Amino acid sequence: MRVSGSREIGFYIGAAVTAGFAVMAAVSAFWTPYDPALLSIADKLQPPSLHHWCGTDQLGRDVLSMIMAGARNSVGVALLSVVIGVFIGVPLGLLAAARRGAVDELVMRGNDLIFAFPSLLLAILITAVFGPGAVNAIIAIGIFNIPVFARVTRGGALQLWTRDYILAARVAGKGAARISFEHVLPNLIGLLAVQGAIQFSLGIIAEAGLSYVGLGAQPPVPSWGRMLNDAQTLTVLAPSLALYPGIAILLFVLGLNLLGDGLRRRRERPQ
Amino acid sequence: MTAPGRSLLDIDGLCVSIGPRQIVKNVSLGLEPGEILGLAGASGSGKTMTSLAIARLLPAGAHTSGAVRFRGENLGEKTEPALCAMRGRDIGMVFQEPKSALNPLMSIGDQVAETVRLHVAVSAAEARRIARETLDRVGLRGEQGASGRLPYELSGGQRQRVAIAVTVALTPALLIADEPTASLDVRAQAEILQLLAGLARERGMGLILVTHDIAVLARMTDRLAVMHEGEIVEQGATEQLMRDMSHPYGRALLAAARLQPKHGAPARQASAPILAVSDVVREYPRTRRSLWRAALPFRAVDGVSLHVDAGEIVGLVGESGSGKSSLVRVVLALDRPQSGVVRLLGEDFSNASGARLRRLRRSIQVVFQDPYGSFDPHWTVERLVGEPFFLLDSPPASAERRRRIAAVLEQVGLSPGDARRYPQEFSGGQRQRIAIARALITEPAVIAFDEAVSALDVIVRSQILGLLSELTVRLRLGCLFVSHDLNVVRSVADRVYVMQQGRMVEHGPAASVFASPRHAHTQALMAAAALSDGSPRV
Repeated sequence: MRVSGSREIGFYIGAAVTAGFAVMAAVSAFWTPYDPALLSIADKLQPPSLHHWCGTDQLGRDVLSMIMAGARNSVGVALLSVVIGVFIGVPLGLLAAARRGAVDELVMRGNDLIFAFPSLLLAILITAVFGPGAVNAIIAIGIFNIPVFARVTRGGALQLWTRDYILAARVAGKGAARISFEHVLPNLIGLLAVQGAIQFSLGIIAEAGLSYVGLGAQPPVPSWGRMLNDAQTLTVLAPSLALYPGIAILLFVLGLNLLGDGLRRRRERPQ
Repeated sequence: MTAPGRSLLDIDGLCVSIGPRQIVKNVSLGLEPGEILGLAGASGSGKTMTSLAIARLLPAGAHTSGAVRFRGENLGEKTEPALCAMRGRDIGMVFQEPKSALNPLMSIGDQVAETVRLHVAVSAAEARRIARETLDRVGLRGEQGASGRLPYELSGGQRQRVAIAVTVALTPALLIADEPTASLDVRAQAEILQLLAGLARERGMGLILVTHDIAVLARMTDRLAVMHEGEIVEQGATEQLMRDMSHPYGRALLAAARLQPKHGAPARQASAPILAVSDVVREYPRTRRSLWRAALPFRAVDGVSLHVDAGEIVGLVGESGSGKSSLVRVVLALDRPQSGVVRLLGEDFSNASGARLRRLRRSIQVVFQDPYGSFDPHWTVERLVGEPFFLLDSPPASAERRRRIAAVLEQVGLSPGDARRYPQEFSGGQRQRIAIARALITEPAVIAFDEAVSALDVIVRSQILGLLSELTVRLRLGCLFVSHDLNVVRSVADRVYVMQQGRMVEHGPAASVFASPRHAHTQALMAAAALSDGSPRV
């Protein structure tokens, strides 16, 4: 009993950190201490102060404002790419589990095909071909979420299809599609929530990576990845500039992983 | 109630609690070497916790008081390493599920030898010799190199034999078997119980046999203890106790376990049977062994015919793997037969599709074995019971729907208020009532019961069987009652079919089939079932 109590703490910390970043992203849509795009060369490279809590960068922009606005970009891209993965991957997984046979083979081998490519490399390829920007980053990351959700859904659904209540539903005349949405999907929500949290955190990292190489959000949209890139040339002069976006990425990803782990444990716990 | 001091095991005032709940209350038991003690009780009566407490294997968080003395030593005062040395050498345990008791990657001979070497200093060759002898003794000789086989190559009964071999290799003074046959079919069950009793007698081991089936214990044990809600309510010499149980719970348990054969045949119907299965063949593809040739399919059901009339209960008996469940799936039109036909109310059901299949499905419903897996845990009872309404062209809505669900819940002995609750809130027996309510909601002509009482305690089982008999008569239902348990089938069925390896080997009125079975397989099943029919030992 006590052991599970200490594990619960991880879940609450993860939930709190995730909620904190979500609130920060939401607030930044209406208000930031300064305009994150406002250049003010006179105030460049200021240390942290009451006016600028995290200081300013080499162009005099307020770092805190940029972190807040960057959170909005990160959350938006990661969330939408998870949505793409869920809305295409989950139905594919349900279909594969319900139909089995040739359909199953087709779906799963298609998944293998996507899995076979190094994900970030192909994302770079996609954004390089279709042009950099947040929308293309979402699509590029989203494509790699599809096989993940398809696979998780199929695995869980195959187990559920052996249950007697599925047989009872078939005896009640229900077809495979109806059973998938009435019985299978609701019983997979927990599993998918766990996977969703993990894919969300991977999405944050992928977005930062794409922005870092200049293929994600374009200026003046602030992004953590590009802040890291900008700070790179000033590592000796102002090392803290790289620190703030780095810490933001680290904290957010850690929080999401704790949340995902906590969700998984809660599911595993006997009722 | 206290037992006199016993030389091998002496339990005095044992209490076990987990959190605020007291699970075992003031239990006192004793055991002599070579004696067989039966511990009977319904699930949740505390019998498993008692047996775990003896070996000090209770889950973390359990609190015990009272003394467990083994050969005069109080086990409660021993350290964990000392207990580890005793378990396996002096105290052996056999559990219900042989599948999880064995290491899947280790040959069975090695698994027995490992236990031997863990406890006594012998050479590897000597340990292997002991392992081979023990496997011989538990009946796993036969083909060359039996000890080199892996668990997956064995049947459930054979695995349980290996688990027993692991336990008895060092001849422990005390052997505890907790529901050792619950996952086995009736023939394997009888063989395993006889093996355990035989080993205990010839090696002078004390054996504690824990099960909910008091009828089995009546045949096998020297002394018997009945547990109810954590307390021992009856204890004494088996023969004497079977004659005069004084506690009402003990009597109820015994009455429920002693299934009475059904008397009197129902009035024969002149009309055509409501369900007729003719020459059904059901094959499953096998994985191919050769790249060039497809494997021959496995024939699970091989040309089987049967029929069910209105108002009668038809028993279908067979061991696990005899093709009963495959046949039920064909009867329910969940699988299509390769040949043969299933006729429901005179219409072709097995080849029906679309609207005709939907209309026919209203007339046949099913109750499954597992009261826990039969319901979607996210659905309320109302939604679950109303699910077959989907088959109706104009399903009843709101108030009318609720009224009909309430009516059917009352019919199976539940209250209309239960409709808003979730299946997890009910016990196994209540869930089986919900499953019957779901089967009745479309007012079908036939209900198939696939091992529907096999997972239930004897008392709950007799209640469900009573409900079933009553509904059959009142609603003029036809029931196809599938079970591996001959005693259960005998107590409810009017006619009976016996299946073996996909074929129907015998059928006829239940009374005559059971009185004078003609086929050798039926006779073997009868002999195995006699072990648990509740009659005293001969």
